Amino acid sequence: MGEFKVHRVRFFDYMPTAIRAMAFNPRTERLAVARADGALEIFNFADNYFQEKVIPGQDGRAAEALCWLGQRLFSAGLNGEITEYDLENLRPRYTVEAYGGPIWSISGNSQGTLLAVGCEDGTVKMFEILEERIQFQRNLDRQKGRIVSLCWHPSGTLIAAGMMDMIKIFDAESGRATHRLLVERGVGASKGREVVVWSIAFLSDHTIFSGDSAGKVQVWDGLTGTLVRTHLVTKWDVMALSTSQDESSAVAGTSEGTVVQFQFLPSIVGQQDKEWVRTRTFKNHSHDVRGLAHTDIAVVSGGMDTQLVVRPLLDKVEKNTQESAMRKIAFPHRSLVCCAKKAGLLLFQFPDHLELWRLGESNGHGSPGDSLSVKRKPEKLIQLKRKGEDHISCSALSPCGGWLAYSTVTSFRLYRLQNNNISVTKVSKLPKDLRAAQQLCFSSDSTKLFASCSRSSVVVVALNQSECKYLQTLRPKSGSSQPIHLLCVSEDGKWLATANTDCEIHVFNLDKLKLHCTVPVYSSCPTAIAIHPTHSNLVVVHADQQIFEYSLVHKEYTEWSRKLQKQGLHSLWMERDTPVTHVTFSSKNAAHIILHDTFMFCIIDQSLPLPEAKTLLYNQMTLRSLPESERIMHSHAFKICKNFQHLLCLRLLDDNSLVVVERPLLDIMSQLPAPVRQKKFAT
Amino acid sequence: MAALYEGYTLCGLTPSQNLSNSGIQGVNAERDSDHVVVTDSTRSVTLFKVSDQKPLSSWTVKQGQTLTCSAVYNSQSKEYVAVSDSKVIRIWKEEDILLDKAFKATVSSDVWKVHSAAGVEPVVLFQKGAVRLLDSLLSAPQQPIEEVLAQEEAIRWSTNLVTELQQFVIFTTEQKGDHFLYLQRLNPNTLQRFRLEREEPGLSPLSFSVSCKDKHIRLIYLYPNGHVYQSLVPVRGLGADEGAQALPLPRSLLLALPVGEGLLEAASAQVLDEAHVAVVGLPHPSAGAGKDFLCIWNTNFQTLQAGKEMAGKIYGQLWCYSNKLFIPHGKTLSVIPYECPKSSLASALGKLRQAKTGESKAPTSVPSWNNILHEDKANPSRTVETRKTRTTRKSTSAPSLTNDQIVELIKTASVAEVQKEVEVLLSRTDIQDLQPSLGQLASALVSRSLDEAAFYTPSSLVQLVHTRCLCHSMCPDLVLLALERKDYFLCQLCLQFFPDIPEAVTCACLKTFISMPDSDADKVSLVPESVSVMETLMARQRDLVGLQNGFSPTTNDVDHSEGLSGGGTGEKKKETTTPPEHVCPVGLHKGVLLNEVLMTAYSDVFLLPHLKDLSPQHVVLFLRYLQFVYLKYSQDAFLQMHGLRSPSLTQIMDWVCLLLDAHFTVLVMSPEAKGLLLNLHTFVKSQVRLVSELGKIEGSLHELNKMKVKKDIGQYSIEVIELF
Repeated sequence: MGEFKVHRVRFFDYMPTAIRAMAFNPRTERLAVARADGALEIFNFADNYFQEKVIPGQDGRAAEALCWLGQRLFSAGLNGEITEYDLENLRPRYTVEAYGGPIWSISGNSQGTLLAVGCEDGTVKMFEILEERIQFQRNLDRQKGRIVSLCWHPSGTLIAAGMMDMIKIFDAESGRATHRLLVERGVGASKGREVVVWSIAFLSDHTIFSGDSAGKVQVWDGLTGTLVRTHLVTKWDVMALSTSQDESSAVAGTSEGTVVQFQFLPSIVGQQDKEWVRTRTFKNHSHDVRGLAHTDIAVVSGGMDTQLVVRPLLDKVEKNTQESAMRKIAFPHRSLVCCAKKAGLLLFQFPDHLELWRLGESNGHGSPGDSLSVKRKPEKLIQLKRKGEDHISCSALSPCGGWLAYSTVTSFRLYRLQNNNISVTKVSKLPKDLRAAQQLCFSSDSTKLFASCSRSSVVVVALNQSECKYLQTLRPKSGSSQPIHLLCVSEDGKWLATANTDCEIHVFNLDKLKLHCTVPVYSSCPTAIAIHPTHSNLVVVHADQQIFEYSLVHKEYTEWSRKLQKQGLHSLWMERDTPVTHVTFSSKNAAHIILHDTFMFCIIDQSLPLPEAKTLLYNQMTLRSLPESERIMHSHAFKICKNFQHLLCLRLLDDNSLVVVERPLLDIMSQLPAPVRQKKFAT
Repeated sequence: MAALYEGYTLCGLTPSQNLSNSGIQGVNAERDSDHVVVTDSTRSVTLFKVSDQKPLSSWTVKQGQTLTCSAVYNSQSKEYVAVSDSKVIRIWKEEDILLDKAFKATVSSDVWKVHSAAGVEPVVLFQKGAVRLLDSLLSAPQQPIEEVLAQEEAIRWSTNLVTELQQFVIFTTEQKGDHFLYLQRLNPNTLQRFRLEREEPGLSPLSFSVSCKDKHIRLIYLYPNGHVYQSLVPVRGLGADEGAQALPLPRSLLLALPVGEGLLEAASAQVLDEAHVAVVGLPHPSAGAGKDFLCIWNTNFQTLQAGKEMAGKIYGQLWCYSNKLFIPHGKTLSVIPYECPKSSLASALGKLRQAKTGESKAPTSVPSWNNILHEDKANPSRTVETRKTRTTRKSTSAPSLTNDQIVELIKTASVAEVQKEVEVLLSRTDIQDLQPSLGQLASALVSRSLDEAAFYTPSSLVQLVHTRCLCHSMCPDLVLLALERKDYFLCQLCLQFFPDIPEAVTCACLKTFISMPDSDADKVSLVPESVSVMETLMARQRDLVGLQNGFSPTTNDVDHSEGLSGGGTGEKKKETTTPPEHVCPVGLHKGVLLNEVLMTAYSDVFLLPHLKDLSPQHVVLFLRYLQFVYLKYSQDAFLQMHGLRSPSLTQIMDWVCLLLDAHFTVLVMSPEAKGLLLNLHTFVKSQVRLVSELGKIEGSLHELNKMKVKKDIGQYSIEVIELF
């Protein structure tokens, strides 16, 4: 098969930020996750938990609470503003100042007509949901002390509000507080501190769940305002609560990183009267659990340790299936690294800056397994800080290393780079159509820049030595309003392929600047696309791990793709839980497709037979131990290498060496702040 | 464990300018345990009610006069006696307001101290060593007083002591660096003089304390180098040879306390009971060099039982009346209640399960202002709790009897009544507080049972043992009593729960168990878990029998031993297919009891001599049983893992070794043991083989460890990989 020289890069200090809040939309099966830097991520739980959208953050805007109202997503934060997001253009649609000081919580009624926010000044403010905006309606009775958590009763007539030391129930009609539930403070040293009701849930039978800073989860009867049951679940805080749709189960997340499940069960088997019983405890986090969502089959949690954990409930799923496997989503499902393959440069994208690195060099050759001596160390050429307060949404580096472009939700910037004497010049005159891009891509000869804009359109700009000229805006015929999340140009500069979150893949002919064809829509979202440099086949990998090869010339699936579909992919391939984030092709061997996910990279040799269901998929160790003559009998098309873990990027340079950018999870964990102290034996 | 409780302040002090003395001359007991008379170093005497922290009355001598001896209370006449200006004896009653108007008598010689004790007449000790009863002195105040002491000899310390027989005045003197102890008996008067052994030159004792123990007067004294010595003087004199040479006083080192840097200056040791000494003015062994600690040491085990830091300067004064320590420190006189329950080795080593007695549960629960004002506000939950326990205690103790009453009851009442009362007592919620008294209770029960053949309360004893508050050293006769009364269930419980059964008793149990007929044993009811363990052992035996009918035995060992033991044992078993060592040689219940013996802790040095008392038949039987269990275990590793209490393989092997050691010659000679010994030999062989196999594996395991070394990958490297 072959030897590769691998540049193993670990100097990309990618650091995800903490998860602050979470909201699950059971109708669309979308999970919205708000991070501490203000970024918002949308995961599609129906499509293998694919992270389909990312809305970049902004300085000073961090969502404290999230709320879905139908298809619309609202957030509120300590800056006192309510934001609605434009999920089609991946930007905030508008913000409304609530004039109540920092906002701690937000909750919409089940009818989707009203939005309530809880403010620092002790007011619960009601906003009416209009077609295009929200409008302030009125305040409920103002209370002393901040409103930390809010929850509507499913009927829409009552609101429960968690405050300091108490819970209040408001009548939504009159705005009067009808009940006051006093929450007991913690014992011992925390007696003097007021207890914060961090989260609250209001069920249709008027049961109220509260989680507070004294570590209690309490069950209240909302009709009488009496305490039914107290569960002390932690010594620290209970930060998040979530209930299932059918109201038979509830989960609470604590500062110790545990998630505790409660279920509404008969206390004696076979009897009718049910009560809330503490059932399971999951410990999947090292730090505070801040966001929780209870889907029909799983508990989704996230917090300070930045990972999103999907923990299926084993009584809801079939055992030992892919569905029952726990998932930890620690890395983004898109690439933050751009590689100039001709120049040997790497561009790392951070929310607030870009880093340009030159790879090192080694002398000579080595035998497989060796580490070569590094002749020239890698060096950081440029660190480019973004302008404005919006975070970087996308960036690109031209293959020759001469151009660098990045975009935020409000501005677009293009720079000319001189690598010999390292200089950066901003290109000042830009076409006015090029304002904000969701994806950026340079053609392989670095003469064209493609930027995806609203409604799945692509702006094509021609670049030459000094200026940049608008050429055309390419629009698909479907008229989809969803954003493009993948862009790719063929090596010969003839084709441009785009993929959007409606799962559509459009191919444009760049010679004619016209739509060439649309690939048949598959139900799962594409996670990586690439066009073969010689025979113009488009390879698409989807979130459900399927691989398709589509011939652009014949506008049909290739023979190999049909064979693959007929035989089916190996079960172990389908069970991988991270999506393939990049596809490329070997320049030496036209039959080789190189792709990678977080835990492995794979070279698919189209000339070899596909693995049967019973054959060993990960067979590199076996092949290594066999003599040369026997290898061919045992080898199959999928050559998988797991030497490198937590891969953020894998690219093939023009000299046929590989660049591997790793970010070990341990490095991320070590940079997290210390978790809450827990008493261990003998400490 | 002895415990010091939260103390409280009795009164403030006015120490002298340079803080050399506390300003207190003495604290003496008054009419009952709650009243004390405090005499300050100059002019005044104050009567305190201790639990109220309140002075009841106070008397002062005129300006210019000083009190030279602390006031004492004469319980016979209900009067106070003090001495002013060394020669004027003053006597007054509580109603008297002015001391000057009270009775006065001037004596002819300087008085050192007046001593008084409950029920006896006060005695006056003169500075020159003469002793007079107060009454006889007052009848002729100007009577001549003889000089007992030599010219340069001066009294350093004195006390009086009352035994059933006699009253004693004990004092120590110093003469040119030598220290003497005088023991003055009254009625008839005799005087004994002892010379204290010299400690390092220049060191004189800092404090003395006496108590009475087993018809001996026990003197405890502390030296500045931290050594605490004990001397015993018999109560009955060895014939009065007055004026003879001072006898050397034998002493034994009781404790060598850590003193930190330098020598002690102001420190005191006070006997609390037979085993406990309170020491003040010494550093806490685990808290640096500060010498301001009050500690209780156990002299039997040389362990520190309780410690408390005292704020301010320590003057080396310490008094102890009715479970309260009186300590002047800094500018206050503090009262610290303490408790010294009867100690056992188990509790001294912390092996006995015991509730931690919180400070809020001090036996003399005196409301302390500090507690009320500060601590309770900080955690009211605790007071709620104590209030609750207090109320429950009140409510439950109203119908039931107190410990002491029950102990009294045990001495006389019928079996049924005793059982009922003990049950009521044990059903109380605050059982943990009772821990020390449970021992008392048990020993009372045991001693009556020993005395009266008809009296025996098995269920009460079982309940007491079940509390796990008992141990063997608390009631040493319990196990033997149970054996005597054939209460094997109680025996089993004791073996399970007592951590400190002596080897002799273990061996006595073993002897009884092994010699009792199986038919007797099967009538006994035993702890069900242990029976089920034994049942599984026996059940396998039956399975195995079934198996072996169809198949040949599996292990090599079995094969081998079968061949060897076939002729030797001489036992004619009915099931000829089963090798004899697979049949349990004892009955089910007997096996259970033997297992219990196997699981007790022992030291082989002490066990061995007692094992020699077993008869050869019993040794062979026990060895066969051990062999049986060993074979079961070696065939089926799961047997040990089901979580229930069962003897471990090593315990079994150890017992086999011990038995063989104890009876080797007898066993070699006796023909019926021959096969057994050969079998045991094969065990040893297989063990040796196992160990050598493990040794072989060790090397490869080490290699495995080395293989797992991970390369450290830096920030950047260029590697070559190959795909196939």
